[in-house]
Amino acid sequence: MIRIGEKTVRRLLMAAAFSAIGGLLLIALFIFKEGLSFFIETGFRRFLFSDVWDPQSGRFGIFPMLVASLWVTLGAMTLGAPLGVSVAIFLVEFVPRSVMRVVKPTIELLAGIPSVVYGFIGVMVLAPFIRSSFGGPGLSLLAASFILGVMILPTIISISVDAITAVPASYREGSFALGATRWQTVRMVVLKAARSGIIASVILGMGRAVGETMAVIMVAGNAVKIPHSPLDSVRTLTANIALEMGYATGRHREALFATGIVLFVVIMILNTAAGVMVRKRVSGKRG
Amino acid sequence: MTEVKIDIRGLNLWYGSFHALKNVSLAVPPARITALIGPSGCGKSTLLRSLNRMNDLIPGVRITGTVLLDGQDVFGGGIRVDRLRKRVGMVFQRPNPFPLSILDNVVYGLRVAGVHNRGVLRDTAEKCLRAAWLWDNVKDKLNHDALELPLDQQQRLCVARLLAVEPEVILMDEPCSALDPIATAKIEELMAVLKSDYTIVIVTHNMQQAARVSDFSGCMLLGEMIEFDDTQTMFTHPGDKRTEDYITGRYG
Repeated sequence: MIRIGEKTVRRLLMAAAFSAIGGLLLIALFIFKEGLSFFIETGFRRFLFSDVWDPQSGRFGIFPMLVASLWVTLGAMTLGAPLGVSVAIFLVEFVPRSVMRVVKPTIELLAGIPSVVYGFIGVMVLAPFIRSSFGGPGLSLLAASFILGVMILPTIISISVDAITAVPASYREGSFALGATRWQTVRMVVLKAARSGIIASVILGMGRAVGETMAVIMVAGNAVKIPHSPLDSVRTLTANIALEMGYATGRHREALFATGIVLFVVIMILNTAAGVMVRKRVSGKRG
Repeated sequence: MTEVKIDIRGLNLWYGSFHALKNVSLAVPPARITALIGPSGCGKSTLLRSLNRMNDLIPGVRITGTVLLDGQDVFGGGIRVDRLRKRVGMVFQRPNPFPLSILDNVVYGLRVAGVHNRGVLRDTAEKCLRAAWLWDNVKDKLNHDALELPLDQQQRLCVARLLAVEPEVILMDEPCSALDPIATAKIEELMAVLKSDYTIVIVTHNMQQAARVSDFSGCMLLGEMIEFDDTQTMFTHPGDKRTEDYITGRYG
């Protein structure tokens, strides 16, 4: 029998680990190489805050898309965060563990549904519903927010459940022993103890919402303009890149890469913030 | 021993199929310290946790018999568990202050009860922290995280937090097992002061502690109360051979 040496295994695993980091570095390098010079030439402010996006005449202002991304994300969080955290509280505190062990993996399956399927449901069901009940084109900011709000549920629920489960039982016992009801215990102790984990879950959900592309393209309508109502058609930053990259050349192409840099930086900031919150939770768990 | 605060009659408790308390009867006198002793797993903590129905939180528990608090059955339909637990408070084995400020810990029970007047909360906090001999340690840092305190101060904070809800009975589940001897001595002194106003039931593994602080003692073995007497008598002339064996160290 051939024995693979300890050292060989170590080296193989190390190579695998570094290839993942290497991949990340290469992607970052590539995006910055393609987009950074455009960013600098056009100027930070003109690129981010000019509201005319007209590649034909060489005007590249992403402000309408920036605003759209912001609103869509905000809308998704407004739906997803309270709903997701409520579900997590319910699962941990108000149903038997055996039920949670079935329900939680089922919810996590939601994350496995391809985003194009979410988009499809949005187009076939949600958009017509919005058109007939509220007016407007149906494919809209509201539709995109709603679909994204559902898509980020598994992230928020799953991480919040872990955070709430990790709250030591002794806190709950102490609270019950002082005559608190279950809801008082949850509100006054458990949520405070699990706070940073719950915030981390919301931030990670936000990251997903900002980065999601396919479902958004299908339901948002993709008109490049600053929305004035939730029923307006909007185009997000991600949608813009995906829609135009196929035929973009020259400055136009560089502008799309520069948009990529903006997204890259936003997601990095969100993920780092989430990481900090998670670490805070671990170090805060004493006694 | 005519007055009775808590009257336990024929109490049986099962965890699933495990018979943890076997026909336990006991009369706890008011304004005294009653110690429950016995080897690990004999059911003394289970008995203690029956008195404020903390066992309700464990799935699969079945209870028969009665526990009368001032003549009222705590398992009866008319009783609300949250009200019961305000009357019968508990200090746990490991200090378990909430991850909140010291002040918020002390007034937690009041907030739960719906008191939100800042002046009242602060005054009660000071009164209770003084009663738990913690005021001088924490008066300048009431807004600090309670988890920053040393363990014995955490435990006294848990006592202060309990006093704020003005319970009639204080249950202590090995309150000193996580503390060093000096911290233990401080808690014992505190108990001696508190006993004039509260009925205290303490579970302890520490024979000396039981002998030092308690007025009455019950010795348990394998879910049964094998002997209950005043502490002096039990430790000098135990009536049951098994009690004697345990006290003199022949049981683990």
